[in-house]
Amino acid sequence: MHIVVCIKQVPETTDIGWDSKTGTLMREGAGGILNPNDKNALEAALQLKEKHGGTVTALSMGPPQAEDALRETLSMGVDKAILLSDEQFAGADTLSTSCALRLALKKIARFDLVLCGKESSDAATAQVGPQLAELLNLPQLTYATEVSIKSNSVRIKQKLEDGFRILETSFPALITVERELNQPRIPPMDSIMEAYRDKEVQVLRAEDLGGDKEHFGLKGSPTQSRKVYSKKVKKGKVTILQGEPDEIARELIQTLKHKGLLRGLNVT
Amino acid sequence: MSPENLGEYRGLWVFIEQRDSKPARVSLELLGKGRTLADKLGADVTAIIIGEGVSGIAEEMIYYGADRVIIADDPIAKDYRTEVYTDIIVEQMLKEKPEILLIGATCIGRDLAPRVSGRLNTGCTADCTELDLDTQMRLIVATKPFFGRNLMADIICPFHRPQMVTVRPGVMGLKTLDRERKGQLISIDVDLKEEDIKVKVLDTVRSASDGVSLEEADKVVAGGMGVGGAEGFEMLKELADLLEAKVGATSLPVDASWISKDYQIGQTGKTIRPRLYIGCGVSGAIQHSAGMINSELIVAINIDPKADIFNFADYGIIGDVNQIVPALIKELRS
Ligand SMILES: Cc1cc2nc3c(=O)[nH]c(=O)nc-3n(C[C@H](O)[C@H](O)[C@H](O)COP(=O)(O)OP(=O)(O)OC[C@H]3O[C@@H](n4cnc5c(N)ncnc54)[C@H](O)[C@@H]3O)c2cc1C
Ligand SMILES: Nc1ncnc2c1ncn2[C@@H]1O[C@H](COP(=O)(O)O)[C@@H](O)[C@H]1O
Repeated sequence: MHIVVCIKQVPETTDIGWDSKTGTLMREGAGGILNPNDKNALEAALQLKEKHGGTVTALSMGPPQAEDALRETLSMGVDKAILLSDEQFAGADTLSTSCALRLALKKIARFDLVLCGKESSDAATAQVGPQLAELLNLPQLTYATEVSIKSNSVRIKQKLEDGFRILETSFPALITVERELNQPRIPPMDSIMEAYRDKEVQVLRAEDLGGDKEHFGLKGSPTQSRKVYSKKVKKGKVTILQGEPDEIARELIQTLKHKGLLRGLNVT
Repeated sequence: MSPENLGEYRGLWVFIEQRDSKPARVSLELLGKGRTLADKLGADVTAIIIGEGVSGIAEEMIYYGADRVIIADDPIAKDYRTEVYTDIIVEQMLKEKPEILLIGATCIGRDLAPRVSGRLNTGCTADCTELDLDTQMRLIVATKPFFGRNLMADIICPFHRPQMVTVRPGVMGLKTLDRERKGQLISIDVDLKEEDIKVKVLDTVRSASDGVSLEEADKVVAGGMGVGGAEGFEMLKELADLLEAKVGATSLPVDASWISKDYQIGQTGKTIRPRLYIGCGVSGAIQHSAGMINSELIVAINIDPKADIFNFADYGIIGDVNQIVPALIKELRS
């Protein structure tokens, strides 16, 4: 069995600065980490491999420094790591990202399962999994909190707002996983050393993928951001209620009554 | 679809999610919002409902703002399945060429929308909190928070149709329904065979709901770390009951297991827009305010006069929750 796990490098902090003068994101200082949710996908793939045999490949599209995230997947125990990196990929939205990942998977040719995180911590769209599944014409099983494999089929427990469902499909398929699926392993120091010293991250450029250049990066992205700004949460002036606790309580309850917010107690 | 002639595409569609023929609240919110947007464009609103035995709710969609309702009522569509629903929606979209498709950002909506957008080769903006219009260009301007919600982005889809957006439940508010509205009901045939569908639903389990529906609550009493512990939340519950409010929380008490995740408000929790929000021992971090800033009246109880929440509260009480909340309970009882 061959499992491909799609992983993304994300900024370490959620408090990315915004330079209002130049109108750009200030990514400096924010280191890149492996998207936490993708570690659950990796863990699931490694556990399936341990149980059923096979190989695991980690695949990512990103800038050159995303290699670090792929090294981390190698230290966790994946067999192979592939980075799609090219200026042409820059500025990709989810559809354009899925398009590049699809071409890479077509090139990899033989796989039984594709695993993704449910969502990335920066974009948090949860779209790349389903869009990739569509472009590859694979059935998709989303929001998995359990995954199991039987001869030629895969079964998941799907988490929904109001409960869960058990879904089943045949290979090949794409699964997106929830954080509660598992506890990702922490690689031992020597695996980390080995991943950085001895292992290779294969880098593919746009021309290696073939495909229509018009589909890559910003050019291939149907959505564009028109404006990015920081949201001001200021509503005007606050009225401070003062006095002893019971005086404050009385004043607040009176105010709520006057505003019609206490049903049955409305005085106006 | 990346059409040469964008002008061919007309009309705003809303996908109506349903469970046991009960429409999801967010779908109704989107009908109301869709109505407002479509009026500015001079366009029709079409609701599309898929399921088994769903015809009965079609009329209601008109009351909520639709001009037309497309109904795919078929046993094969009984359970939501990505392939089935995508096939049905895409077939109708290719035929009728709407310019906009709105879907609620629920689990199902977020499973379905990207699949449809992938098949139609168009853009989909995920999990938006505001929708606006560039009327001249006939563009939806979808606002989406990202990077931990310190930043907002306005996203457009200028050259592909339909423009797709998923919208967070709770952010649009529900319009009152108008039983006088008239519209057109259109039943369509579903031409799909069970043996062609790759995914099987083996079981569906609904968790017994304890009635927590924060998104729909009219009043919310939210607790933060300043509440001090699980007992503190018992006290808030007492206050909430007297006010006929629901209890909510920031993420930290959830992390501390004082209260369950179902109650979390904010970026990684729920979005609420009650008429009254009372924050008790809540600092007002942006990740929390992202989920409650649309509350009509905000009251903050915090011991620290410099807490961020006082920047956007309407009424502030600088004091200890352990004194103020019991005083409020006493006052309401008397
Ligand atoms: C990616 C990401 C996602 C997040 N998502 C969410 C989310 O969805 N929802 C969310 O809420 N947070 C979220 N957070 C966390 C958020 O940043 C804040 O840490 C959190 O909201 C703070 O919770 P708090 O106000 O309860 O606690 P604190 O910030 O610790 O504030 C406690 C407040 O209580 C006051 N206080 C203390 N004792 C008393 C007392 N006896 N009486 C009165 N006041 C008292 C203090 O003055 C203080 O202002 C997220 C963070 C990240 C990085
Ligand atoms: N650039 C990328 N390279 C590889 N996988 C990605 C990339 N972006 C997103 N993914 C995968 O898609 C999932 C959902 O991401 P998102 O749509 O950004 O929320 C992630 O958890 C990853 O598994």
